[in-house]
Amino acid sequence: MKKINGIAASDGIAVAPAYLLVEPDLSFTESSVSDVEAEVARFKKAVADSQSDVEKIKEIAKKSLGEEEAQVFDAHLMILMDPEFTGAISTEIENSKINAEAALDKTSKTFITMFEGMTDNPYMQERAADIRDVSKRMMAHLLNKELTNPAAIDHEVVVVAHDLTPSDTAQLNKKYVKGFITDIGGRTAHSAIMARSLELPAVVGTETITSDVKNGQMLVCDGLSGVAVVDPTDDEIADYKKKGQAFLDQKAEWQKLKNEPSVTADGKKFIIAANIGTPDDMAGVHDNGAEAVGLYRTEFLYMDSSDFPTEDQQFEAYKSVIEGMDGKPVVIRTMDIGGDKHLDYWELPDEMNPFLGIRAIRLSLKNKEIFKTQLRALLRASAYGKLCIMFPMIGTLEELRQAKAVLNEEKEKLVSEGTKIGDYEVGMMIEVPAAAMLADQFAKEVDFFSIGTNDLIQYTMAADRGNDGLSYLYQPYHPAVLRLIKHTIDSAHKAGIWVGMCGEAAGDATMFPILLAMGLDEYSMSATSILRIRSEMKKINTADLAGLADKAINESQTNADNEKLVADFMSKYSK
Amino acid sequence: MESREFHIIAETGIHARPATLLVQAASKFGSDVNLEFNGKSVNLKSIMGVMSLGVGKDATVTISAEGDDEKDAIEAIAETMTKEGLAE
Repeated sequence: MKKINGIAASDGIAVAPAYLLVEPDLSFTESSVSDVEAEVARFKKAVADSQSDVEKIKEIAKKSLGEEEAQVFDAHLMILMDPEFTGAISTEIENSKINAEAALDKTSKTFITMFEGMTDNPYMQERAADIRDVSKRMMAHLLNKELTNPAAIDHEVVVVAHDLTPSDTAQLNKKYVKGFITDIGGRTAHSAIMARSLELPAVVGTETITSDVKNGQMLVCDGLSGVAVVDPTDDEIADYKKKGQAFLDQKAEWQKLKNEPSVTADGKKFIIAANIGTPDDMAGVHDNGAEAVGLYRTEFLYMDSSDFPTEDQQFEAYKSVIEGMDGKPVVIRTMDIGGDKHLDYWELPDEMNPFLGIRAIRLSLKNKEIFKTQLRALLRASAYGKLCIMFPMIGTLEELRQAKAVLNEEKEKLVSEGTKIGDYEVGMMIEVPAAAMLADQFAKEVDFFSIGTNDLIQYTMAADRGNDGLSYLYQPYHPAVLRLIKHTIDSAHKAGIWVGMCGEAAGDATMFPILLAMGLDEYSMSATSILRIRSEMKKINTADLAGLADKAINESQTNADNEKLVADFMSKYSK
Repeated sequence: MESREFHIIAETGIHARPATLLVQAASKFGSDVNLEFNGKSVNLKSIMGVMSLGVGKDATVTISAEGDDEKDAIEAIAETMTKEGLAE
């Protein structure tokens, strides 16, 4: 038995054999061959073996993932059967008298470069990935190495990987995958966010899990406390299974709060909202009883597309979410591209510090035509419910005024064209420390604020949130961060506007009582956190909160002080 | 040698699914089958060759076949073209 500590990224406990999603070492040395015929035959066998692999994977993928997901394997088969491709490799072996590995490597690189070079055709560029996948498979056969085939998983497993990319996860069979454990990443990594949306337990940032566990070894993934246990004893397995069941029971208990309002023990009402990325997330919003959509991240519309989404495409997406909420508020944030989010079809200049660079509203204001298209789609959608338009990364009043001017200009145009426009609110994210400091001035010019904690923390602590070596500086309860948050909330209330929070922190058990004490109006979080926070809220009596906010920003000196402060505060409710 | 000209009418031209179908149709025959577009000729049995041409809507392409079953090959390809609404 061996315990490995990581970061608890998604609640729940899974016990199952490990499945290592790790690339084998496919390095080789180029050598000359004398028996060219034998070498070509060896290569042809690798092609045939790869074909039969792909056929098998395709059949399993069809059953487990569906016809559409399995289509990628048809493309792989076509490439394996392509005479111009495999023929070119055989010819290379014959002409240059080199080993098959070297010929494969050279030829596939030529093709990959050719396809990647078709920058005017994103579809063809994507085919480069297929060629790369197929070449990897042939190479593995030549070197007698075993490749992982995530689409072919046919029994319950805990997936172990260095990191999980979106394309890895698309191939995972969700029926059998019971949890994730990764070497790198934090609570906001792609793998963590995906685990939460799939409601799978996950532990990330273990640093060493891929070398600590072997394929098929029994593994516990404790996403509640952030621990992985390799080779647990029978007693431990029973223990963890019991804990896992208790968690599921608790979840069922929370489920009863689905149609209840979000109120404190003394009956004070607040709003608990959901963060979404696409209209597909609306199922989770309803399943978890969200009272609003507090953040719709529109950049996914741009990222999941091979070209800029048109005004009509955007309008349809916004309208479906707004209508889906049936009159409840929907906060839609204009695109937050730049930083770590890029588009294949829009080449942006390389920047030394992308997170301090041209991203979000800065990018929108520099590319007004793209911005206007989005604003027109939003304005048109406003007729279908309660829309709140939100600008991200506002740092100065000039930026806010410019963004509002573009919005008003488009509104005037639409009105003169006879388009129906509903009532809507205009607000901004508070995520740049300068905006938080000046919240009193900003509050005079917007209808609402929403505090984005991930970026506010990153910019306040001057620590790249994707840098593993700096994760200790991701301190949501740091008194400096809390002072900015309190100033923002107080300024909003003084000006008579509402203020929400749409970062991960709003759904955090430690942060939540502090925010409640500060009087935050709206709490927007992953849909799966809503019922847990609603049940926490029911425990708290607002009279008990007196003095808590003041202590958190004036007496506490560190992040740890505030963790203790909240733990002590909440302990009275657990008795 | 048999050959025939086609005028492409499909919105997306010959890529993705249409390309796959043409390659599958050509691969059933022993004859050498080529696709010529814009002065470039590629093996119609090669998916990568076909896709690399980037044949768009309104293009005119020539397909030629040489071998024992050249007539049948051209017929089968013409049938795929019409059935899938690729060309007229």
